[in-house]
Amino acid sequence: MGKLLEVNNLSISFTQYVQGLNRHDTKVISDLTIDVGEGEIVAVLGSSGSGKSLLAHSILGILPYNSHVTGEIKYKGNILDQELKEKIRGKEICLIPQSVNFLDPLMKVSEQAIGECKDEKERDEKKVRQREIFSKYGLDESVDDLYPFELSGGMARKVLLSTALVGNPDLLIADEPTPGLDAKSVKETIDDIRNLKEQGKGVLLITHEIDVALKTADRIAIFYSGYVIEINNVDNFKNADNVLHPYTKALINSLPRNGFNLTEGVQPLEDLPGCPYWENCPIRLDKCKDNKPELVNHDGIMIRCFNFKGDNDGA
Amino acid sequence: MELKANNISFSYNKRRQILKDFSLSVDSNRIIGLMGDSGSGKSTLCKILAGYLTHYSGEVTLDGNKIPDRGFYPVQLIFQHPEKTMNPKWKMEKVLNESWTPPKELRDTFGLKDQWLTRWPNELSGGELQRFSILRAINPETKFIIADEISTMLDAVTQVQIWEKLINHAKANNIGILAVSHDPELLEVICDDILFFDEINNL
Amino acid sequence: MSDLPWYNRGLFSSLNLRQKTLLTIALTGLLLLVIFISGMMINANLPTDFSIKMQPPSFEHIFGTDWMGRDMFIRTIKGLSLSIMIGIGASIISSIIATILAFVASINKFCDSFVSWLIDLFASIPHILLIMMISIALGKGAFGVIMAVAFSHWVNLTRVLRAEVLQINTSEYVALSKRFGKSKLWIAKEHILPLVLSQIFVGTLLVFPHAIMHESSVTFLGFGLSPHEPAIGIILSESMTYLAMGAWWLAFFPGLALLIVVLLFDIIGDNLKRLFDPSQANN
Repeated sequence: MGKLLEVNNLSISFTQYVQGLNRHDTKVISDLTIDVGEGEIVAVLGSSGSGKSLLAHSILGILPYNSHVTGEIKYKGNILDQELKEKIRGKEICLIPQSVNFLDPLMKVSEQAIGECKDEKERDEKKVRQREIFSKYGLDESVDDLYPFELSGGMARKVLLSTALVGNPDLLIADEPTPGLDAKSVKETIDDIRNLKEQGKGVLLITHEIDVALKTADRIAIFYSGYVIEINNVDNFKNADNVLHPYTKALINSLPRNGFNLTEGVQPLEDLPGCPYWENCPIRLDKCKDNKPELVNHDGIMIRCFNFKGDNDGA
Repeated sequence: MELKANNISFSYNKRRQILKDFSLSVDSNRIIGLMGDSGSGKSTLCKILAGYLTHYSGEVTLDGNKIPDRGFYPVQLIFQHPEKTMNPKWKMEKVLNESWTPPKELRDTFGLKDQWLTRWPNELSGGELQRFSILRAINPETKFIIADEISTMLDAVTQVQIWEKLINHAKANNIGILAVSHDPELLEVICDDILFFDEINNL
Repeated sequence: MSDLPWYNRGLFSSLNLRQKTLLTIALTGLLLLVIFISGMMINANLPTDFSIKMQPPSFEHIFGTDWMGRDMFIRTIKGLSLSIMIGIGASIISSIIATILAFVASINKFCDSFVSWLIDLFASIPHILLIMMISIALGKGAFGVIMAVAFSHWVNLTRVLRAEVLQINTSEYVALSKRFGKSKLWIAKEHILPLVLSQIFVGTLLVFPHAIMHESSVTFLGFGLSPHEPAIGIILSESMTYLAMGAWWLAFFPGLALLIVVLLFDIIGDNLKRLFDPSQANN
């Protein structure tokens, strides 16, 4: 089965100046492996400010200059290097940004959706396509000539989504599409994202809201302290017994509808030599303190924990 | 004690009124939920109750008395984004002690690690900073806490931790809480009573 | 790696940018300090030797000698140190004025409009005119010049600081601090001052070149220092008489030295700004 997007062992760190003269490397994403197939929605779920947006930025090739990236990203089987990223972003891979602040405030929305064109012919073709998509999302012709600040909240969201779709991308990356929206808009956003899947597009959804992930995604990757600790099918998240990692269990049990159960412990500030969840783990082993578990495939579930053997280990 | 808001009306400009004849009351030792969508004016109400905005009509009273503007304000607001409420050039220890010096046991209860105290605000995550905000707010002089979407940006595990600790502390110290959120499921589990913002705002 | 820019190779490649910035500041500062201290130790009454008067630059007298046979290099150093002293005095006083006014503006609306009015008033008078007026009113001399330069150079820094203080004052952490019962004075001292301190510092350094230039120009025009205080301006104005006779070195070297000193201060100011501003420091 051909995967649309494959990310293998991606690590991103930043060089920053801290107090005085010291340069400090901050690791934000460690050893991240994830894939998205056609017609599939994969959610990356992690607390806000944990750096998961950088995954989106690195796929689009818009990381800042002081970042350092290792690992590989493949798109349709080809290694996605900076050159390819620049070639296909906005065409085959598109970002649905968080808010209208990402739009150019001095440009009409239809012109932003059309983007740069080589000649008049391409421009006309794209104009037709833009109109088509805008009407599909209920944006009539009067919207074309509006500037971003004139859009209402709901309209703005639709404009952002349609703008991303004008290039007819195969893969969409949605970065925190829901915070600050009212209940109705959240529901519409969820419907829109699900609808993309029916069109056969792959979606990488980056969010901190577990409900949004549960309602849209096919698979959910749990992002903890820079690591993906578990990737599981969405159905297994209905019950804490069906997920493997103790943090994932804690996460599910802590939802208000599942009993609002308390689990102590905080995410570590620094990259630990062992498992990132070692400090708070109820099922930790002796080796967890100093050895880092790999992300392994355990009965179709990707898990980073020594308690679970990978299929390839012959256990 | 009772925190009361009587017929509060507020508008930023003449064209758009945000609050009209808004009244509510919170008893200490009770946790009242206030449910409303974002952009409905919840945050404005919170700022009025906690004394951040003053040019409103109507009155906010504590046991029937107006709250003096000088000194420690007995109604403390906890914001959605803790990073904005901390001076970026202060270490966390100073940030925490600006309100009062919480004893070590209390810091432990809220899961505050000693090593965080020597950090700058931008070195900690939202969940960690929010614990500091809460500890600052539960000063011994605090009578009421207004919690404005304090767990919206946090993961579910941290959400349980901070609410559980905050509620336990409030019940033990007779502090009333007004929990403002857009999330009905959350309010259902943490509150004694839930009010709907749009129903009591007479717009 | 081979794609490093040229300045990151060789001798300094082991240093990171922050260290390089600091090294630049340290070296520049040291150079200025050497000029200043050596100038201070030179007796203003240089020996006159008419047998060597009006000599063009040579290895013995690298800046040449003047009409009384005094070594121009020594005179220039002495003049520079005087100019630096006046510059330091003027820029410190102007920063103090700027800081006080910026905080006064934050007290209430009335104070704010008063400070804005003062800024507009002083900004509308040409610098050089203002300096001459104050300098004459205070009886010329070093004191008069320092005060004149200080009172004409607080405007820009005040404008920057006022905006900065205003912004900090409307932040959530200041609002919260008030709810914790902290006084305005406490907030000014603990919250606002640390945040604007770097700006005050850089502002002071960046006023410096202006101060020296203006000091020299008023002195050159005859409204500043008296001839017994041989700052660069005096040297330059004296040299005017002899320029026509072809004694170009009398004006050229002191003028160049003045420019270099001004440039050095500018370098320190710019580098400090980069050091203090974390968003630029990562560049």
